[in-house]
Amino acid sequence: MGQIRLKAVSKSFGDVEVIPPLDLEIGDGEFVVFVGPSGCGKSTLLRLIAGLEDATSGCIEIDDVDATILAPAKRRLAMVFQSYALYPHMTVRANMAFPLRMAGIERDERKKKVEAAARVLNLTEYLDRRPGQLSGGQRQRVAIGRAIVREPAAFLFDEPLSNLDAALRVNMRLEISELHRNLATTMIYVTHDQVEAMTMAEKIVVLQGGRIEQVGSPLDLYHAPCNVFVAGFIGSPRMNFISGAEAARHGASTIGIRPEHLAISNEEGTWQGRVGIAEHLGSETFLHVHLAEDQGTFTVRAGGDVDLGHDETVHLTPDASRIHRFDAVGQRLA
Amino acid sequence: MPTQHSRVTARLMMTPAVLLLLGWMLVPLGLTLYFSLLRYNLLMPGMEQWTGLDNYRYFLTDPAFLDALRNTLLLVGGVLVITITGGVLLALLLDQAFWGRGIVRLLMIAPFFIMPTVSALVWKNMFMNPVTGLLAHAAKVVGLEPFDFLAVAPLFSIILMVSWQWLPFATLILLTALQSLDSEQLEASEMDGANSLDRFIFIVLPHLARAITVVILIQTIFLLSIFAEILVTTNGGPGTASTNLTFQIYALSLLQFDVGGGAAGGVIAIILANIVAIFLMRMIGRNLDA
Repeated sequence: MGQIRLKAVSKSFGDVEVIPPLDLEIGDGEFVVFVGPSGCGKSTLLRLIAGLEDATSGCIEIDDVDATILAPAKRRLAMVFQSYALYPHMTVRANMAFPLRMAGIERDERKKKVEAAARVLNLTEYLDRRPGQLSGGQRQRVAIGRAIVREPAAFLFDEPLSNLDAALRVNMRLEISELHRNLATTMIYVTHDQVEAMTMAEKIVVLQGGRIEQVGSPLDLYHAPCNVFVAGFIGSPRMNFISGAEAARHGASTIGIRPEHLAISNEEGTWQGRVGIAEHLGSETFLHVHLAEDQGTFTVRAGGDVDLGHDETVHLTPDASRIHRFDAVGQRLA
Repeated sequence: MPTQHSRVTARLMMTPAVLLLLGWMLVPLGLTLYFSLLRYNLLMPGMEQWTGLDNYRYFLTDPAFLDALRNTLLLVGGVLVITITGGVLLALLLDQAFWGRGIVRLLMIAPFFIMPTVSALVWKNMFMNPVTGLLAHAAKVVGLEPFDFLAVAPLFSIILMVSWQWLPFATLILLTALQSLDSEQLEASEMDGANSLDRFIFIVLPHLARAITVVILIQTIFLLSIFAEILVTTNGGPGTASTNLTFQIYALSLLQFDVGGGAAGGVIAIILANIVAIFLMRMIGRNLDA
C-alpha cells in the first residue's frame, strides 16, 4: 500500500510562503512526477512528504493515517537523493543493510534481503566495495538498493539522474521505469527535466511558484495544457506563442502552436517568415523562423531532409485543429 | 601523470630546500650524538673525555627516568583524551545555530593565542592557588576544603592547563570537519530510521575519523615537548611527580650542567618519539588514506 493524500498542505520559511495551501492525491502504485522550473517548490513538497521538513499547516495522510507529525523513519517511505547520500565509510553491503540494521532486523535476514536487492540491481559483484570505488551509475543503483531493501510504502526520488551523463541518464530512466513495473510500488519523482517527466510518469504534477498548475497524464498535458505556463513547459522544443491581431482572429488573447504542428512551404501559407538558425539532427530539423512584421520567432519541426538555409523565405501553416487558445490571464479557452 | 621531464625539473627545484633541511637537521643531530658520548660537564670545563655509552647507562638507570617516561605518556594521553572528547562535543555544539554563534566561535579559539607561560601562570595564581585562587573560593562557597592542585595532583593540574590550551585547536579542526559533512547523508540516515545517537555513531563519528587522526598526530608532536607549563608552575615537582622527559633533560643539562648526560637523554627522547610515532601510524594512520 502506498496511498498519499495532501490536504491544504502549506510551507513557509519565515515570512516567505514557499508553498501555498495545496491538495494532492497520489494513488497506490502510481508513478507521479513533480515537474517545474528550479525554485518552484517541487523538492520542498517532496521533503514535506518525506518528513524532512515540517508542514506549516495542513495534513499529510499516508494510507489514510495522519502522518503530518510522524518522524521520517516512521512514514515507511524511502528516499533517493540527488547526491545519492551514500555513507562513504561503509561498503555497499553495509550501506544497503543500514536501514534494516536500524530497524533491528537480524543479521541473516539482512544479508538475505541485501543480496536479493543486489541481484535485482546487478550489484552483486560490487557488494564489498565502497561508494568511492563505484561509478556514478553504480552509486545511483546502490542508493536505489538502499531504498528497496526496506520495502517501503512509497519511493521518493529527488532529481536522482541530474548528476549522470546523458547516455547513462537514458539508461537509468528505463531502469527506474522497469523497477516501478516490477515492484508496483508508489513512486514520487522530482525533476526539472520535462523529458523525464513525459517518459516516466503515469501522472505529472506541474508546479510553479509552489502552486500546482495542472495534474494529468503526460498526453493530457501535451494535448490539453490548461494554461500558458503548462503549454510552454511541456513539450520539446517549447510551444510557439503569438498574441495580438493573429490571436484575436482565433478569438483569443494568445494562441499557441507546437513546432510539430506547423507545416512549412516555399510558396504559400498563413504566416511568412525568414529562416534563422537551422538545427539539423538527421532524423529531424528544427528551424528557427523569424516571422514577418516582427511577430516573433517560431520554432518549426521539419523532416530530416529539409534543405532550407539561412535567410530563405518560407511560409508556415498551422494545423488548425491543434491550435491552443488562451485568454488574457493565460487560461485555456475551450 | 607527470612526464619524465617535469619529474626531473621537480627534483632539481626541490634540491636546495631538501639540502638545507638536511643540513639543518644533521648538524645538530650529529653534535648531540657526539656530546652524548663525552663526559662533558660545564662545571669542569676543558675536562671532556670519551666515555662511550656511560651517559646512556646513567640516564636509563636513573629512577627518575621511568617516572619521566610515565609522566610524558600520561601527559600526552591525558591531554589527547580530554581535548578530543571535549573537542567533538564542543564542535557539535558550535555547529548548531544559536544566537551569538560568531562571537562564541571567536572566543573559543582565544586560549590558543595565549603564551604557554602566561596561561600556566594564570591557572596557577588565579585558579589553582589554594588560598587566593578562584577554585579555592568556589570550594569554600559550597563548604568544601580548598584543594591544593599543584601540590596534591601536580601532573593532573598540568594536564588540565595544557588541555585548556589545546581544546580550541581540536575544536576548530573538528568543527570544520563537521561542517563538511553532507547534510543529505544525515537526512538519508534519518529516513533510514537512525535516531540522533545512531546518526552520531554511524555517520558523524566515522566522518570525523580523519580529522581526529590529524588532531592526534599534530598534538602528540607538540605535547611530547611540553616544557614551559612545568617550568613556571611545579618545576617538575614535588620530587619528580610532574617531570616529563623534556623537563628532565633540561634539568640535567642546564641545572646540573651535565651536557653529555643531557645529550644522551635527548637521543633517547628522539628514539621514544619515533616509537610513539610508529605506534600511532600503525593504529590510526590508515584513516589518512583516501
